[in-house]
Amino acid sequence: MPRVAITGQGTINPLGNSVSETLESFKNGKCGISDLEIQDIERLSVKVGGQIKGFDPTVHFTRQEISLYDRYTQLALLAAKEALDQSGIKFEGELSEQSGVVLGTAGGGLTTQDNSYRSVYEEKKNRVHPFVVPRLMNNAAASNVSMVYNLQGPTFSVATACASSNHAIGIAYQMIKSGMTKSMLAGGSECMICFGGVKVWESLRVMSPEKCRPFSKNRKGMVLGEGAAIFVLEDMDQAIDRGADIIAEIAGFSMTSDAKDIVAPSLEGPARAIRDALMDAQIDPTEIQYVNTHGTGTIINDRVETAVIRNVFGDYADKLMVSSTKSMHGHLIGSTGAVELLACTMALREGIIAPTISYEEFDQECDLDIVPNSARDAKVSATVSNAFAFGGLNAVLVLRSAG
Amino acid sequence: MENSIYSQVVEIIAEQAILDVSDINPENTLEELGLDSLGIVESIFALEETFGIQIPFNSNDPESNDMDLTSVGAIIREIENLVLGKNS
Repeated sequence: MPRVAITGQGTINPLGNSVSETLESFKNGKCGISDLEIQDIERLSVKVGGQIKGFDPTVHFTRQEISLYDRYTQLALLAAKEALDQSGIKFEGELSEQSGVVLGTAGGGLTTQDNSYRSVYEEKKNRVHPFVVPRLMNNAAASNVSMVYNLQGPTFSVATACASSNHAIGIAYQMIKSGMTKSMLAGGSECMICFGGVKVWESLRVMSPEKCRPFSKNRKGMVLGEGAAIFVLEDMDQAIDRGADIIAEIAGFSMTSDAKDIVAPSLEGPARAIRDALMDAQIDPTEIQYVNTHGTGTIINDRVETAVIRNVFGDYADKLMVSSTKSMHGHLIGSTGAVELLACTMALREGIIAPTISYEEFDQECDLDIVPNSARDAKVSATVSNAFAFGGLNAVLVLRSAG
Repeated sequence: MENSIYSQVVEIIAEQAILDVSDINPENTLEELGLDSLGIVESIFALEETFGIQIPFNSNDPESNDMDLTSVGAIIREIENLVLGKNS
């Protein structure tokens, strides 16, 4: 059965405008959460987030492109460019017809939607820009990436809330593993940081008013973030044949549904997803050194996720390193798993574990080695990345070092 | 005024708990009435909308707002204070 290599990765997120900047931030435990700069901020009680500051689309795109690209599409295109530049793959002929792009996003062009609603409802305009539909649609980022890079194969978006990009990467992995295609772009992009996007999260009463402190006893909830991360996935033999630099292997994937509660996580669904992903990878739980947790910083997620990890790994859980990089970049919802996968490839490639920053107080119910506050050197050969979404949808990826 | 706040709060909680108004006593906690976290958040939203007030409640940090929401009676007292504060 074909194996699946990662041969390129690209990102833009609150921690950096590239993979190298992001990894530098992971290593330094940098916090990308800051005061939000958005219209009508005075009408929000949540005033912080992982916002990408100082981003100027005119540096990267023409006027005509900007009129067609929502912010989430712009970020996806930048992440795709970086990933493809690194991979060195060129899509031509049959390869182009076979290859596609699967991107996770929950909100799609939410900023476009928010601005258009504002103009018709609040400003009482009777006209919106003619490109609102192609900008806001959930597949806009995936389609625009396919157009720029001539990807004519299976292309679509995945919307499974906070698990979207893990599902997207997992599905692309399965397509290559099944022999259906030899190369795919996969990842996610999300930009919910606009008045309406923050307001709905605020209303759910789960947001932290300040930092995001996963697994810390004094944690106060989630912090919203924005950004994109995209990976080039290839059939291992193809990658080796063309002499590509193999960053890591995607060794396993599983997805499950709790079928229980629309917001609260369960123990069984996520545990089954991790177990099945390890089985898919044919890796024993004791061969995993690092788990990138979903780690949202809510009371319930972090408590349940600790129980899930103990359930799957048993006594070995005490030897695992687990961390939540959401403490640094916030919760990027539909793209969060993609950005977090960078912490896994960093662990595998460089032997450095990204920390859980802003950690202050031990919680008996979160009694794992969460790599508090500073990055750590460690020898890592296999990692797990968790995503547990609202709606009870769980998607877990297992990565193995390339060597 | 007080009676009206009392009856409106009890009505909101009864609707969320899918109980009859007569089944709600001031000493009941929201948990006793079967409200889960979503039910509590939705009740707070209804109370805010009904009385035109702000209840700064965070599910992850329920004690942070110095408000006592432990029982129906406590909630009624807090709402009375907020409504009086708003009118004064």
